[in-house]
Amino acid sequence: MAETLSSSPKIWQHRNRNQQLLSWLIWLLGTALFVVCWQKVSESTTWFFVWDAPRIAADIGSRMIPPRWSYINELWEPLWDTLNIATIGTMMAIVMAVPVAFLAARNTTPSTRFVRPIALLIIVSSRSINSLIWSLLLVSIIGPGVVAGIVAISLRSIGFIAKLLYEAIEEIDKNQVEAVTAAGGSRLQVLVYGIVPQILPAFAGISVFRWDINIRESTVLGLVGAGGIGLQLNASLNVLAWPQVTLILILILLAVIFSEWVSAKVRHAII
Amino acid sequence: MNKTQSKPENAGNTCQTSANPARTWSPPPFIENPTLRWGLLLGLAIYLFLSIGSLDVNWNRIYEGLDRGAKFIFGFMNPNFAGRWTDISEGMIESLVMTVTSTALGIAISIPIGFGAARNLAPLPVYLFCRGVIALSRSFQEIIVAILFVAIFGFGPLAGVLTLSFATIGFLSKLLAEDIESIDKSQAEAVQATGSKWWQWLNYGIQPQIMPRLIGLSLYRLDINFRESAVVGLVGAGGIGATLNTAFDRYEYDTAAAILILIIGIVMLSEYISGYIRKGVQ
Amino acid sequence: MLEIKNLVKKYNTGDLAINGVDLKVEKGQVMALIGPSGAGKSTLIRCVNRLENPTSGEIWLNGENIVKMRSRKLRRARRNMGMIFQEYALVERLTVMENVLSGRLGYVGFWRSFLRKFPQSDVNAAFGLLNKVGLDAMVNKRADELSGGQRQRVGIARALIQNPDILLVDEPTASLDPKTSRQIMRLITELCEENQLAAIINIHDVALAQMYAERIVGLRDGKIVYDGSPDDLKPDVLTEIYGKEDWTAVRKRKPKKDQSEDDITASEEHLAEMQ
Repeated sequence: MAETLSSSPKIWQHRNRNQQLLSWLIWLLGTALFVVCWQKVSESTTWFFVWDAPRIAADIGSRMIPPRWSYINELWEPLWDTLNIATIGTMMAIVMAVPVAFLAARNTTPSTRFVRPIALLIIVSSRSINSLIWSLLLVSIIGPGVVAGIVAISLRSIGFIAKLLYEAIEEIDKNQVEAVTAAGGSRLQVLVYGIVPQILPAFAGISVFRWDINIRESTVLGLVGAGGIGLQLNASLNVLAWPQVTLILILILLAVIFSEWVSAKVRHAII
Repeated sequence: MNKTQSKPENAGNTCQTSANPARTWSPPPFIENPTLRWGLLLGLAIYLFLSIGSLDVNWNRIYEGLDRGAKFIFGFMNPNFAGRWTDISEGMIESLVMTVTSTALGIAISIPIGFGAARNLAPLPVYLFCRGVIALSRSFQEIIVAILFVAIFGFGPLAGVLTLSFATIGFLSKLLAEDIESIDKSQAEAVQATGSKWWQWLNYGIQPQIMPRLIGLSLYRLDINFRESAVVGLVGAGGIGATLNTAFDRYEYDTAAAILILIIGIVMLSEYISGYIRKGVQ
Repeated sequence: MLEIKNLVKKYNTGDLAINGVDLKVEKGQVMALIGPSGAGKSTLIRCVNRLENPTSGEIWLNGENIVKMRSRKLRRARRNMGMIFQEYALVERLTVMENVLSGRLGYVGFWRSFLRKFPQSDVNAAFGLLNKVGLDAMVNKRADELSGGQRQRVGIARALIQNPDILLVDEPTASLDPKTSRQIMRLITELCEENQLAAIINIHDVALAQMYAERIVGLRDGKIVYDGSPDDLKPDVLTEIYGKEDWTAVRKRKPKKDQSEDDITASEEHLAEMQ
């Protein structure tokens, strides 16, 4: 078509030259980085074991079935503990996360310069550290047991809940808040009438969502001694009792499905 | 103005003419059905009573722990980077290496599985298979997968890389599939209508629509993989976790604090950078 | 009753929204504030309520300077000013009754309002007002279930239950159809007369303003350019306020040939569209 329009054909390019160069550069650097990293991993790997892996996997697999069903009677109590770790931990986290969220949201914080950065620091610290590491820390401080698990779960959840909640607070409709202010409401009244009704659905959704995640996470906290069904998993792994491991894994799977079902139901009911 | 009549002090007098003065009002309850409402409240109370009752709190041990808690907080104020710097730096580098490798591998595997798990693209058997893989990956915590992989592949970062790649699949494929299922159909159909081949159709009709989100999710996953890489080390799958575990075992809270501060710092940095990149992509 | 002296509002962006306004509103007087978009109508009434802080000038309500007030005193002053918003600004997830009662927040302590235990006199007043605006049957409906006109009625009830001296009304009809707009304007003016309320009604529909207000103030570039009765609002005045346009086209339709496209819709919406 270009020939018919003008003597010198117009050239069409997807990207201009600089963009193209940049794109190639990014791919090149990315690939190089991956290769270097892979070599580092490869160096510290005993490849003999890896080549042997299929045989070992098959071996473990055959040991894992059938599950040792009779073991289940020893698992009810740890399962109950797991539920409690997740639920009480989530409740404690909510209590602590709500004020942090209001301090972190730009439109409700008393001071963007001093208070907000502190609230954000609390959030990022809590979020950066996995609940297993929080457990490790708490087991080391207050000793093994369910309490360490509860505190670990709640410390990890503060950041999660507060982050999502403060984002919800920042997205509220300003007009509704203004209307309550214009009626002469005090700061607290504006909060209760203008802001809280707007974020309540998001808040409930976030809490249930985190509870769901916490059920998953609390199943493994026992690996570092923080109570729950993970303790049994650890004990079974230590004595290589694979049929028991299978049963525990099945139970964890069921717990995860159950919590996901509950959370979906509740969130559906709210919206 | 000639209207000088003083107005009534109380709002109650302003417009009372038509209202029945004894008509009271209370807000409608959150749950209409009283049986269900009280049942739920009672259930919650019983649960709390039982669960808190079953907590076996060793107050003595906690009291003793306060001392160590103070030591940890003190350690946080004065983190000790130098004491075990070789261990920390090696562990950190290994964690970062694992993060990059596993994210790259994870993305590479996630994309085909994500396409396969989108009902509007894949035939039913492929769809079911891919959804199965996703469900399996999402059901188990990284640490459990890591234990199994360490048992199978031996100690070292490879087990960690495989664990994180596997976990990436569950996260990325699922969100990718949901994104593909909710794309604008008319755009895809328009490309199909030109008589394009299947690959061309993916490239022109689907890919442009999901690319920004794919990049955003990948960056987010990079972040998560770094945080998780600190965990898999606890069971011998490489990374900073092993160093951290040792530090806690020896009650070296200043070293542990140093590691945690490094983790927090790197997470903050990567969140900042990925926010910047995401803005550029959109 | 309300007196504004040399009010200036400059936004942080550098925009001068209000540039020296002097205005006096008497008790029971319904005043319409007209002018093009960006003339500072909204800013003016938001300054009166101190939703925006004026840069300089004074605002006197019942012998007190609002500009100088701080938290507690300001809240007391706000009780005396009922505000009605363009997009209704109801708290969407609260019931109609809770929205109306929220107008009493300035009178009721925190715990009473938190537990929704308002004094019976307030509840009576709320029922009375809801009856008056025709929403008696919707007391426990959530605000987001209502239509636009119904929402604005709730907004009016919420402003009136404050038992104010003055209503500050920001574009009450901008989101409503012509018929509902008239109903709402009639309701506002009737209620003002009944309770001897003054009102500043900020409105872009000149015809509606002429129909319902007893006084009209024209604002342009943050300055008052007209202040008088609705009957004196002649084309030359409208040109002064809004800029040059064929103002007579409101009534007579001209042949299509020598008219630009905008003039074809010769109705009152014509004026609205210009903004």
